[in-house]
Amino acid sequence: MANTMQFDLVSPERRLASLQVSAVQIPGADGDMTAMPDHAPTITTLRPGVLKVEGPEGTSEYLVTGGFAQIGADTLSVLAEKAIPVTEVTRAHLDELIAEARSSHEAAKGQEHTSVVDDAAKLLADMEALGTHMGL
Amino acid sequence: MPSLKDLKNRIESVKSTRKITKAMQMVAAAKLRRAQESAEAARPYAERFNAVMAGLAASVGGSDSAPLLLRGTGSDQVHLLVVMTAERGLCGGFNSNIAKLARTRANELLAKGKTVKILTVGKKGRDALKRDFAKHSVGHVDLSGIKSMGYANAQDIARDVLARFDAGEFDVATIFYAKFENVVTQVPTAQQIIPAAFETDGEGDEVALFDYEPSEEAILADLLPRGVATQIFSALLENGASEQGARMSAMDNATRNAGEMIDKLTIEFNRSRQAVITNELIEIISGAEAL
Repeated sequence: MANTMQFDLVSPERRLASLQVSAVQIPGADGDMTAMPDHAPTITTLRPGVLKVEGPEGTSEYLVTGGFAQIGADTLSVLAEKAIPVTEVTRAHLDELIAEARSSHEAAKGQEHTSVVDDAAKLLADMEALGTHMGL
Repeated sequence: MPSLKDLKNRIESVKSTRKITKAMQMVAAAKLRRAQESAEAARPYAERFNAVMAGLAASVGGSDSAPLLLRGTGSDQVHLLVVMTAERGLCGGFNSNIAKLARTRANELLAKGKTVKILTVGKKGRDALKRDFAKHSVGHVDLSGIKSMGYANAQDIARDVLARFDAGEFDVATIFYAKFENVVTQVPTAQQIIPAAFETDGEGDEVALFDYEPSEEAILADLLPRGVATQIFSALLENGASEQGARMSAMDNATRNAGEMIDKLTIEFNRSRQAVITNELIEIISGAEAL
């Protein structure tokens, strides 16, 4: 059994990472999941959160928003709309994300479907929790 | 016959024109490299995205519950043409080729009795289509302030297009841009983005084996709007590279033409100078003989 798999993290603008990893923790839309080699093939959408990558060369973390992850037995591709290495994330990045979430929350308030409002509110809460998590 | 001074001035002016076109060519070459790099960097994302979407679309596509973005509104009465061009001219036939393709398509649709709406991205496209299709224009996206095309720009355009779609303003959306083949060839391309048409390359079976979390429908509903942005983004990048490529070859031609012109003028200048000298000599000699 292989103990590593090929991991690719791509954003629309560039490829951020492409390496062999042993486990990746993904902030899936329905909850966090950790993908290891020989995982059942799965496609999941992402919620904004932190992607933890564990490889032979140590761990790295990325802040990701929007997109999806495609998990195969020996490959894992994460396509994120925005992906920033956590070490490079600044308060400004986060403020921007929070402002975006807030404006979509405001926009959603006028709508009839409560689910949209709930989603936006959740996004906003996610963002703020993210900031606390990273100690910014 | 122009005087010697006229010719000299003329040569000087062509020389400075050549300097300008040469400089523009070099700037375009530098920008082209950057544009090509970003277009290449964006490719893995777009390819994977399309592969997954194609799989999803294949498995959900047939059902009635598929999102409107995928199966369309059921009619094709109102067409939105998103015409993407450059902000600047002096790039050969780049802008006019895209505008021409869009114009032909618009006329075809109008002849079939469809309604055409045009959204222009980039100043030159708006200028080119203003005269014929002013009343069809529904908006314009200005890119003049943007130095390097980011995904955020594509998202803005996508948001605009999607808002119009949600409001029921159109049934079919097509984007017009120039695909970058190489420095001398840019192919004006029309690509339908709504309803989404994904290229399936036989990967559908493989993708269908995946588990989906949340459901396929939910993923599709989440990803389709992103797909629109992704397609617009790749088109913008292709366009950026094409524009610089077109400008580079146009400026290369201009530089070469200026060089030829300088050569021709220099020969003419030398000939007239020689004629003047010969004339003076004849005058001196005949003057001396007359004494």
